[in-house]
Amino acid sequence: MNRPAEALPTQEMLINMGPQHPSTHGVLRVLLRTDGEVVVNARPDVGYLHRALEKIGERVTYAQFMPFTDRLDYLASMNCNCAYAWSVEKLAGIEVPERAEYIRVIVCELNRISSHLISFGSFTADMGAFTPFLYSIRERERVNDLFEMVCGNRLTYNYARIGGVSADAPPGFLEKTKEFLDYFEPKIDEYNNLISYNKIFVHRLANVAVVTADEAVAYGLTGPNLRGSGVAFDLRRDEPYSVYPKLDFKVCVGTGERGRLGDCFDRYMVRINEMRESVKILRQAIAQIPDGPVLAKVPRLFKPPAGEVYFRSECPRGETGFYLVSDGTANPSRLKIRTGSFVSMNIFEKVTVGLMIADIVAVIGSLDIILPEIDR
Amino acid sequence: MEPQAIFETLKGKFGDAVTELQSEGFRPAFVVVSPERLAEIALYLRDDPSMRFDSLMCLSGVDYKDRFAVAYHLYSMTHRHAVGLKVFLPRENPSVASVDPVWPAANLMEREAFDLFGIVFEGSKDLRRILLPEDWEGHPLRKDYKYPEFYHGIKV
Repeated sequence: MNRPAEALPTQEMLINMGPQHPSTHGVLRVLLRTDGEVVVNARPDVGYLHRALEKIGERVTYAQFMPFTDRLDYLASMNCNCAYAWSVEKLAGIEVPERAEYIRVIVCELNRISSHLISFGSFTADMGAFTPFLYSIRERERVNDLFEMVCGNRLTYNYARIGGVSADAPPGFLEKTKEFLDYFEPKIDEYNNLISYNKIFVHRLANVAVVTADEAVAYGLTGPNLRGSGVAFDLRRDEPYSVYPKLDFKVCVGTGERGRLGDCFDRYMVRINEMRESVKILRQAIAQIPDGPVLAKVPRLFKPPAGEVYFRSECPRGETGFYLVSDGTANPSRLKIRTGSFVSMNIFEKVTVGLMIADIVAVIGSLDIILPEIDR
Repeated sequence: MEPQAIFETLKGKFGDAVTELQSEGFRPAFVVVSPERLAEIALYLRDDPSMRFDSLMCLSGVDYKDRFAVAYHLYSMTHRHAVGLKVFLPRENPSVASVDPVWPAANLMEREAFDLFGIVFEGSKDLRRILLPEDWEGHPLRKDYKYPEFYHGIKV
């Protein structure tokens, strides 16, 4: 068996990863060209979950599109609901009652926590540690209970309305939320003790798929992925909307604490820290919330004036923007949805060159993509 | 910088290639430019020290029934200002230069506009259908799109 190495034929291999693969977070297909264990090129192939939401948007009225926004990012439906409502309100110049804005911020931040919990849980499970996933699901159940209280649903909420929210928070909701925060806040330290600084976990993530700040901006990364590269940019602070200017919170950025700035570990840590900030926002919002109506008077046959609006807001997976073109009729003439996950896929091919196959899983998990938001 | 000032600066620099400022009812306002010089103008907007539009927020195709448009929403992380850029394209063979070399974020969004509107982005490194199957016929977000009766011989 002492053949010289050059006599052994070697060739690049094509591997299909997905669309049915447990760690692609849905129906993402990645076409891998590998040289042994090393990735030469990884080309993402999306569209398996395309439901033509933008086409549907042109055929239904503005209000009727609300339930479809639930199906954009189903782990953060509240954020998508509110992002759409804010966009239409900006288009039509509708004033929203203050209590409704506070309720929206409360449910959005609760949903941000539950979405980051899933991201944390599934990411650690992808990295081979299954236990934290169970912890995160346990906490998320309590958030789902709160949402069930407020709107009756546990996954697709359809809670926001153009001009407010569908119903006032029921009695006891704010107290229950406060109880949840008291319960949840110490858990974040538990996660850090359990997994975040675990040596094997850190080694899987540190220095993997480093994205510099300039690259992150140029390639259109937003949300935690952008902040993971050290860019302190958060729409809640830098392009404030709703009642966020009245709330005090810190914008979490990556620090390169275990490797180089902008690696997978930084993106992971930003999400962990953001949950703490969301708790802070929630406590303030609950203390400040005024009494009053929760729905502005919007005509049943709602026709916004002709015009075009692009409005973006901070969702757990980055910037979700709605570009609405109105021609003065009851249906949008064009409804374009810009989502964080879709634009994040631009950088995928670039950062995966030269990684090991197992690192691809880390990259997908750290970018925290979700497929219904990519395919729409 | 306000869109009005950006429009005037561009007008002074590129003359007739900058045709119009759409501001009433538009948020953010759009600077309409001619498609032939889009690549130049995009590069100028990104690199000029007073502009520095380093971030492409959104790129969308639009069908205005009589013509197509591509709308670019730009943002500057340095100066924290925003503006829209728009090109109008004819219904027959709509094509415009790709801005992928200027903003790499454009790549997938251009593919999407190609897929759903049939707008060709010249110089794009990888212009293929993205959301629909490769053998799909037609471009569904065009206003004159006819729903297919059959797909691969199966009635839909």
